[in-house]
Amino acid sequence: MAKVFQKPKSMTDAHTHYCPGCTHGVIHRLIAETLDELGIQGRTVGIAPVGCAVLAYNYFDCDFQEAAHGRAPAMATGIKRVRPDLMVFTYQGDGDLASIGMGEIIHAANRGEKFTTIFVNNTVYGMTGGQMAPTTMPNQRTTTSPSGRDVENTGMPVKVAELIAALQTPAYVTRQAVIKPKYIRKAKKAIRQAFEYQMAGTCFTFVEIVSTCPTNWGKTPLESIHWTETDLLPYYQLGDCKTPE
Amino acid sequence: MAKILMKGNEAIGEAAIRAGCLNYFGYPITPQSEIAEYLSHRMPEVNGMFLQAESEVAASYMIFGAAAAGERVFTTSSSPGISLMSEAISYVAAAQCPAVFVNIMRGGPGLGGILPSQGDYFQATKGGGHGDYHLLVMAPNSVQESVEMVMRAFPLAEKYRNPVIILGDGLIGQMMEPVEFPDHLISEPSDKNDWATTGMDYRNSNKPNLVKSLFLVGNSLEENNRCLKAKYEQMKKEEIMFATYNCDTNYVALIVSYGTMSRVCRTAIDLLKNEGIEVGMIRPQTLFPFPEKAVQEAAWKPSCKVVTSMELSMGQMVEDVERVVQAKRPVTWFGVAGGIVSTPEEIVAEMKRVIHAHQ
Repeated sequence: MAKVFQKPKSMTDAHTHYCPGCTHGVIHRLIAETLDELGIQGRTVGIAPVGCAVLAYNYFDCDFQEAAHGRAPAMATGIKRVRPDLMVFTYQGDGDLASIGMGEIIHAANRGEKFTTIFVNNTVYGMTGGQMAPTTMPNQRTTTSPSGRDVENTGMPVKVAELIAALQTPAYVTRQAVIKPKYIRKAKKAIRQAFEYQMAGTCFTFVEIVSTCPTNWGKTPLESIHWTETDLLPYYQLGDCKTPE
Repeated sequence: MAKILMKGNEAIGEAAIRAGCLNYFGYPITPQSEIAEYLSHRMPEVNGMFLQAESEVAASYMIFGAAAAGERVFTTSSSPGISLMSEAISYVAAAQCPAVFVNIMRGGPGLGGILPSQGDYFQATKGGGHGDYHLLVMAPNSVQESVEMVMRAFPLAEKYRNPVIILGDGLIGQMMEPVEFPDHLISEPSDKNDWATTGMDYRNSNKPNLVKSLFLVGNSLEENNRCLKAKYEQMKKEEIMFATYNCDTNYVALIVSYGTMSRVCRTAIDLLKNEGIEVGMIRPQTLFPFPEKAVQEAAWKPSCKVVTSMELSMGQMVEDVERVVQAKRPVTWFGVAGGIVSTPEEIVAEMKRVIHAHQ
């Protein structure tokens, strides 16, 4: 019988540690499929963040480095500057990238570092137990905003893709989602596009992916998908913010 | 090769290139910015890589990434900048990557000043960042020795897969002295394919390499820390460096001093000798590992009545001196920490005072 679907060879057989309904697994798979399709597994270095995806290297069958909180873009810069022949991607959440690592991502983007950042935005700090992130929605309850995020006190959620797209240097900045097949197909295309630009040495590439965190949102996986569509996507609009000319 | 006159900071940059390190990430800070300025034009000349980072934090993680990819890499900074890099240094040590850091010390704490200091002895030798780790710490007292130590630092970092730090000070960095560079590279980079993220295809392997500092499972953190500990014990056996001055006499007092301060002490010892007072000096060239046995033996010499730690700080190395002398001789401290280096006359006066007090 012909095999019509299989695990990408860039993924390992490790059992997932992610919670039920979490979309990290889908995003991991899309990256691994891309590495397979482009034939770059053997010259790729991933950089794991601090956060739920700190153990990402358990699932990818390629070289990996593990960063400190928010510093993945600096480490990726270090690798890519001394080994431009390696394909490098950072995999970062919103607490990691948009809060403590905001400086590193902005400057790496502005220098036009030739690596790819996959930015998983699920609006909370997952690993530490659901605290408020810079991307937490107004009135969203978290363990450090128990009455809901008060934007008078903490500001409005940061739209990272738009922020990076406002810089002149970075050329491919996009926001995608992975909550339903129609979104997943587009997200896959965007991730592959980002790696293709990197292979061609075109530009810094940034893919934000609106993700879910049923555990810390206090919702079921289905409720989480629904809430993402009704509440997150109108604010975090999907599509390309910037493409190379 | 003939001697040339060169500023300490620039000589340090050149020494790294001569040691085969063609990758530099850095961030400007007085009194060491000349290193970055020098390398910004020198690295392109040798097909090397120079990048000015957005912060010391970022520079130190660029170092981590590049080192973890198996390439020879270094950065330089001064005291407040090293504080910012200390986070990454802890990670680099934990993840067992070779990298070289240079601290051209200025006065602290806080912004402190921009003049020479040795106020980062604790930071360099006892930690700086979090967790159980040590740096291999070398302290030059001249431009020539800075060059030699920088060139030695890279193979040492690779031998131990551990960060090495050169602890200079603002005077070493800013001073011009004649210097001679060895013509040849000290060493070829070591084999890194068994641990670094060099890319599986490039090393003909199907086994990924992972560089990390998180050890959650079972006893793995204990094991990693024991592995680090074993390296530090090996350093204590194999890497201690020190110099002596006037120690072949029956000195009545022993000075322990390093870096810039040791040069002033040398002059003071000559002045004391002219007056018929013999004082010896041990100059640690490695601060970690500390030359414990050498200091101890020199201190316990029957003629020696007192040991004085001379520092450009408010008394940091003196704690190590006290530790190894084990109360068998009185240990005193003398130092300044405001940026002005002591004069030989001040040291002569202090040594006369302590010798008189401990006769």
